[in-house]
Amino acid sequence: MTTPESRKGLLGLGLALGLFYLLLWPLLGIKAEGLFFADAFAVWWRVALPVVLCFLVYLLRDKPALLAVRRTGQRLGSSLSGLISALPRPLLAAIGLALALVFPFCTERYAQDVAINVLVYVCLGLGLNVVVGLAGLLDLGYIAFYGVGAYTYALLAVHFHLSFWLCLPIAASLAAVAGCIIGYPTLRMRGDYLAIVTLGFGEIVRIILNNWMSLTNGPNGILSVPPPDIFWPSFESGFSFEHIWLKKLIYLYFIILLLALATIVAVYRINNSRIGRALEAIREDETAAELMGVNTFLLKLLAYAMGAVFGGVAGTFFAARMRFVSPESFTFIESAMVLAMVVLGGMGSIPGVILGALALIALPEVFRGFELYRMLVFGGVMCLMMIFRPRGLWPAKRLGTRSEDRE
Amino acid sequence: MTTSTSATASAAPPTPILELRGVCASYGRIEALRNLTLALYPGEIVSIIGANGAGKSTTLMTICNIVKATAGDIFYQGQRINGLSPDLLPPMGLCQVPEGRRIFPRLTVRENLEMGAFFRKDQDKIVFDMEEVFGLFPRLRERAGQAGGTLSGGEQQMLAIGRAIMSRPKVLLLDEPSLGLAPLVVAQIFEIIKEINRKDETTILLVEQNANLALRTASRGYVLETGQMVLEDEAGALLANPDIRKAYLGE
Repeated sequence: MTTPESRKGLLGLGLALGLFYLLLWPLLGIKAEGLFFADAFAVWWRVALPVVLCFLVYLLRDKPALLAVRRTGQRLGSSLSGLISALPRPLLAAIGLALALVFPFCTERYAQDVAINVLVYVCLGLGLNVVVGLAGLLDLGYIAFYGVGAYTYALLAVHFHLSFWLCLPIAASLAAVAGCIIGYPTLRMRGDYLAIVTLGFGEIVRIILNNWMSLTNGPNGILSVPPPDIFWPSFESGFSFEHIWLKKLIYLYFIILLLALATIVAVYRINNSRIGRALEAIREDETAAELMGVNTFLLKLLAYAMGAVFGGVAGTFFAARMRFVSPESFTFIESAMVLAMVVLGGMGSIPGVILGALALIALPEVFRGFELYRMLVFGGVMCLMMIFRPRGLWPAKRLGTRSEDRE
Repeated sequence: MTTSTSATASAAPPTPILELRGVCASYGRIEALRNLTLALYPGEIVSIIGANGAGKSTTLMTICNIVKATAGDIFYQGQRINGLSPDLLPPMGLCQVPEGRRIFPRLTVRENLEMGAFFRKDQDKIVFDMEEVFGLFPRLRERAGQAGGTLSGGEQQMLAIGRAIMSRPKVLLLDEPSLGLAPLVVAQIFEIIKEINRKDETTILLVEQNANLALRTASRGYVLETGQMVLEDEAGALLANPDIRKAYLGE
């Protein structure tokens, strides 16, 4: 079993584990009382053991016993994906929708809370997907539009008592304007430079929110943002409309479900439209697209604005649901999370982004049992996902036929 | 073809469909084109030959305003098109097949062709034109649902030309269609280029390193050297020119 490959792997494993201990020890072993090695070692072996086990499995992967396991695993996987692709898409969507509708009636408050979070991130992920997946523009400051949406609703509702439903289009259009303002100077850049500049703009928005005391109340945030409301027909003492605040979690769940569904439909339509095709052409080869008569600048700006609209909508809901906004909710880590959902789920694929949002929001909750090591396990799972599903959980079906080709 | 073009040229002074007058272009401080003058008359095939780095591709990129001209005028159908955004040119009938094909690799062949007709609104004629492209390149019909990136080099070149034809160009700028292709495939593609010229009277500006093939296809030729036009003549005359034979035809 000492092929050059396995020896190289063993050396790499040893080096990595040694390095891991070197990184771990200063954090756990240097204390005011002196230097300790046992604490770091206790953590180290808990990580090292599973890693070594995984490596052993990897080394023995071609042994007959493991090969059989692998074969059955592969067969199971392919039959599962075959089953899913055999089912017609509308049926799949209907099953998903039915599950989403029934969900709040058979779950606890905590699960509903997580589900609302997932749906908010579905909106964000799909919005970013238009920019990153379709147009191929790396945007590291996407959360700024989320912030614009949230603050628009918070300010309008607190100061002018505007309704949630009225603020929704206002926030969406303001986010689109913000998208254009940010997009106009940045879209002349390509690749890495664009990523850096969008990152900068995301931070600028957060810092403005943090420092414009007179408008945004700075780091203290805006308190007592009203929840969504509706006028419900009431028949007590004659026919009239009753004004109801939708504070209960279950109402909020259905509102965000509605918004997420609207986002899914809108993004699906964009994906299959002329504009979507042009955005894809820009992603594939910008110069060639331009030579074919695509106004690349305008379309990239449009992609930015469209992505921003969904961010703004999600932000409005976020403010109404939390009843409080502060700049802390719109840090870079949020942008990175949304981007990770798009990449992990599968760029350009709607079910992929939904799965990505589900994985990235729900998994850390599932791993709460690991307590302190929660994020470590989460990182490990993300690495595994990248190794085994490098094109995303549900990759975009770019090689197959499109709906209009089948006609 | 050579005779017919010269006959029209001598009968009445025809107006060029595309004309460059004293065009200069540069990449930063490096001058790529110096005082370039060139005229293209309706219906002809004109070839630009030259060595690596002579500025052949830059000429085409400057016509399409991807590279900005720093001096001089570019006229298309009598209209000055300097500074016109590149995406406005295909609707006017000026389309380029860029060097190295540059198809959209993850779009299907059919979608690639549809992108060529992106600015057009006449849906039924687009369908008709697509059939025509499939007629010219039967291989593309076989692979219509396949991603462009999975095609072979020759098929990709066919796709790039087909994509440009979908814009119904009056002037087609072809940048090195023979690049990296087997001789048999190159011959096939050049046959089709002639066919496109014959059928729709599409004017073609052909940039090529393969001078022999280019001059056999074209009626006139320009020789480009370090950004300057050094020679302009009938293609046959250039083929016979001893200097050209020595420098570009490997004799």
